[in-house]
Amino acid sequence: MLEVSDLSISFNQYISGLKQQELNVISSLDVSLNKGEILAVVGASGSGKSLLAHAILGILPSNANMSGSIKYQGEQLTKKRQAKLRGKEIALIPQSVNFLDPLMHVGKQVEASVNRGNPENIRKEIFARLHLDEEVNKMYPHQLSGGMARRVLLATAIASDAELIIADEPTPGLDPTVIEEALKSFRELADNGHTVMFITHDIESALTIADKIAVFYAGTTVEVASTKDFSGKGETLRHPYSKALWRALPQNDFTPIAGSQPYPDELSTGCLYAPRCELSTAECFKIQPVMRELREGMVRCIHAT
Amino acid sequence: MMNTPNVKAESYKQKSTFFNRRQRTIFIIAVASIFLVSVVLGGILIDEERITTSLNSRNLIPSFEHIFGTDWLGRDMFARTIMGLTLSIGVGLLGAIGSVIIALILGMIAATMGNVADNIVSWLIDLFLSVPHLVILILISFMFGGGFKGIVIGLMLTHWPSLARVIRAEVMQVRSAEYVQVSMRMGKSRWWVAAHHIFPHLIPQVLIGFMLLFPHVILHEAAVTFLGLGLSPHEPAIGIILSESMKYLSSGMWWLAFFPGLSLLLVVRSFDTIGSNLRRFIDPSSSNE
Amino acid sequence: MRRFGRFILFKGIKMATLLVAISFISFLLMKNSPIDPVQAYIGADMLNVSPEQREEIAEYWGLNDPFMVQFSNWSTSVLSGDLGTSMIYRIPVSEVIGERFTNSIILMLVAWSLSGIIGFVLGVVSAMKKGTWLDRLIQWYCYTLASTPTFWMGLLMLIVFSVWLGWFPIGLGVPAGVLTEDVTLSSRIQHLILPALTLSIIGVSNVALHTREKLVDVLESDYILFAKARGESGFLLFWRHGLRNIALPAITLQFAGFSELFGGAVLAEQVFSYPGLGQATVDAGIKGDVPLLLGIVIFSTIFVFAGNLIADLIYYIVDPRMKEKRGT
Repeated sequence: MLEVSDLSISFNQYISGLKQQELNVISSLDVSLNKGEILAVVGASGSGKSLLAHAILGILPSNANMSGSIKYQGEQLTKKRQAKLRGKEIALIPQSVNFLDPLMHVGKQVEASVNRGNPENIRKEIFARLHLDEEVNKMYPHQLSGGMARRVLLATAIASDAELIIADEPTPGLDPTVIEEALKSFRELADNGHTVMFITHDIESALTIADKIAVFYAGTTVEVASTKDFSGKGETLRHPYSKALWRALPQNDFTPIAGSQPYPDELSTGCLYAPRCELSTAECFKIQPVMRELREGMVRCIHAT
Repeated sequence: MMNTPNVKAESYKQKSTFFNRRQRTIFIIAVASIFLVSVVLGGILIDEERITTSLNSRNLIPSFEHIFGTDWLGRDMFARTIMGLTLSIGVGLLGAIGSVIIALILGMIAATMGNVADNIVSWLIDLFLSVPHLVILILISFMFGGGFKGIVIGLMLTHWPSLARVIRAEVMQVRSAEYVQVSMRMGKSRWWVAAHHIFPHLIPQVLIGFMLLFPHVILHEAAVTFLGLGLSPHEPAIGIILSESMKYLSSGMWWLAFFPGLSLLLVVRSFDTIGSNLRRFIDPSSSNE
Repeated sequence: MRRFGRFILFKGIKMATLLVAISFISFLLMKNSPIDPVQAYIGADMLNVSPEQREEIAEYWGLNDPFMVQFSNWSTSVLSGDLGTSMIYRIPVSEVIGERFTNSIILMLVAWSLSGIIGFVLGVVSAMKKGTWLDRLIQWYCYTLASTPTFWMGLLMLIVFSVWLGWFPIGLGVPAGVLTEDVTLSSRIQHLILPALTLSIIGVSNVALHTREKLVDVLESDYILFAKARGESGFLLFWRHGLRNIALPAITLQFAGFSELFGGAVLAEQVFSYPGLGQATVDAGIKGDVPLLLGIVIFSTIFVFAGNLIADLIYYIVDPRMKEKRGT
């Protein structure tokens, strides 16, 4: 359905004085999705995950440079094709209420997303399904509570009836019951034949609904694993970072990972995780490992077995 | 491959241009400054004989000898214009410096002397913004019976409010910064803190504010003088030149108004360009655009 | 509704304090002027007036009273609606202002609407085409306009349209020898065009640059990004999400700009000898007509304040975020 390979995104930036610098935010990222599947892209905040969503939709800022390939249903996603598919076959669920027009009734913004059928009826039906009162229809974004805002944003995607839905951090700041409800609706979407890319930093909620998890580190994917690999002490996981991430969870060992993620302007040429990795050898620091298949998953590590 | 050719081409072009944006900013500032300095030097050094009455060369249309033409007394308009501009820049300089000083004092008072002072200053700002600029200028000029003193004081009293707000905000921000709080708690005196922490931060803001209000001051001086309420008709001011030219427009002597006004426009625009480029250079938030 | 009442009351009190302060300061400035009001009043006939007669006039006007007495006399009559008599027009100040302002308001209204509309459109085009040569051209044009002396622009208009093309008369709002009552509508319009055009051209720059900046911000906002992600683009995108988010700031800016509009009118009226309030201001200043000048100061303050009040009111009524703040 969607196949992203060797995707890199960089920005031109002025640093001190008169110099310009190119900043790599995403480098050689690979990820793929099958129809009816939920893929969770999991990584720490600030690792450039949102840009992946924006790149697929073709709405990167103009000072971004992009290379690599994105294929949708086997065909290359060109700028033209992205413009045609945006909002119709590929929909975005954005991060926050700031993505809604502050001076427009929210109901109208949901109705504007409808591609097929009577917008008002569809909007009413979705509102009912998501337990949004009819009076929300005539509210402005700033009047929505956090949970209401999430559901309205979700409603825009459902209203579009798009094949592929990319949800960018749809859960933070919500209370557990609302999260559960939101997750349930994603599962429902997938069960109805939609494909969902679920971008999040919350590995636990990702595990409850996703079929596959892509672990994202410093602008690239280090592992793609089936959800069931995240179990026990993480023995079945492939990449040292995924294992560490799993063990850092409260219900597991709760052992924090030493060090911190590198900023985009201090990336090394070798494996990006090497400085923090227990398994790293001299070789790891030389060149960045390529993504390879391993035990029905993918991993970017020369030591993984 | 996905990579869209025009994005690549554009970034390539950006790198290969002769100047990058910052170098261009410096270049523009330099050119504008050279232009202004030569106007001022020209005004000071110009031969007084160029503007003596010469009955043989009256009402001449612009030519190589008199590039701005001559007036009804045979005076060279180019020389008059340059001298008028120099005078306007001089008067503007006084007015602008006065405004900056008022803005500095009131801005500092508002930021440091507590709520009451702050309210008074903001009320004063409202007061000065509630009457049209030009009306205040006319009023103050009137009070001084017109002339040099009236216009300079008028200009000083009318251009400070926006800069005072900027300074107030800047001082408040610096004062709340941690290192300032620390040195205050370490028992450094108010003056020590002001001299070592607050003033250095204000200098760029004051400099930019000065450069941005300067052109307004010059324009207002020319306007009030043009109306007959500013500098006296005996001064070779640009406003006087333009106001005199009105009498001769109907006889087709367009150059009397056209060139002096255009020169004034260029001077004002140059100051404005320096001001906004300076801001782009000093204020990092607008430089990455 | 009660909050709205409080809002109006607060504005009213503020206006009142400003007016009192401004009246007081202006009165003080006037009284300290070296220009002798008696001499200003009598003008060229000065030689025929004996010192005793001068003294009588001064006494009659109360010029020999202490300052505070003069001020309180003046302010009491102002409060009862009497602004005094204009020395140069020899009719009540309120009549001068009323008549002159009627002329000026037409001029200002035309210039205000034209510059607002043209400036808004230029700003929108510039922001939508950000980074292109068109954007750079519009910006360059606006910055240049902002540095252009209004009166010089007026002189250029006169040179081109009156002297060279001969389309409009040079100066004189009313042709000499014709009574004001006999001025035809077409002649009025003829005298209105050039000053209105001058003010419109100059006034464009502020709205255009402001609108451009706002729209650039809006276009970079998250909600525009999301609208694009939903497949909206081009004109529809601007119409649905751009316009409603920039129209309000632009309209507000225009109302808040009454002060500059008034200043512009003073200059344009002087250049084109248009018989408006601006010209009266200059005359009053040059000839030392103290009552008229005081009246104009008060009137222009109210005018500027009214513009700001309308701007505030529009925000208060139209913007839903403001409604929330006042807690419906």
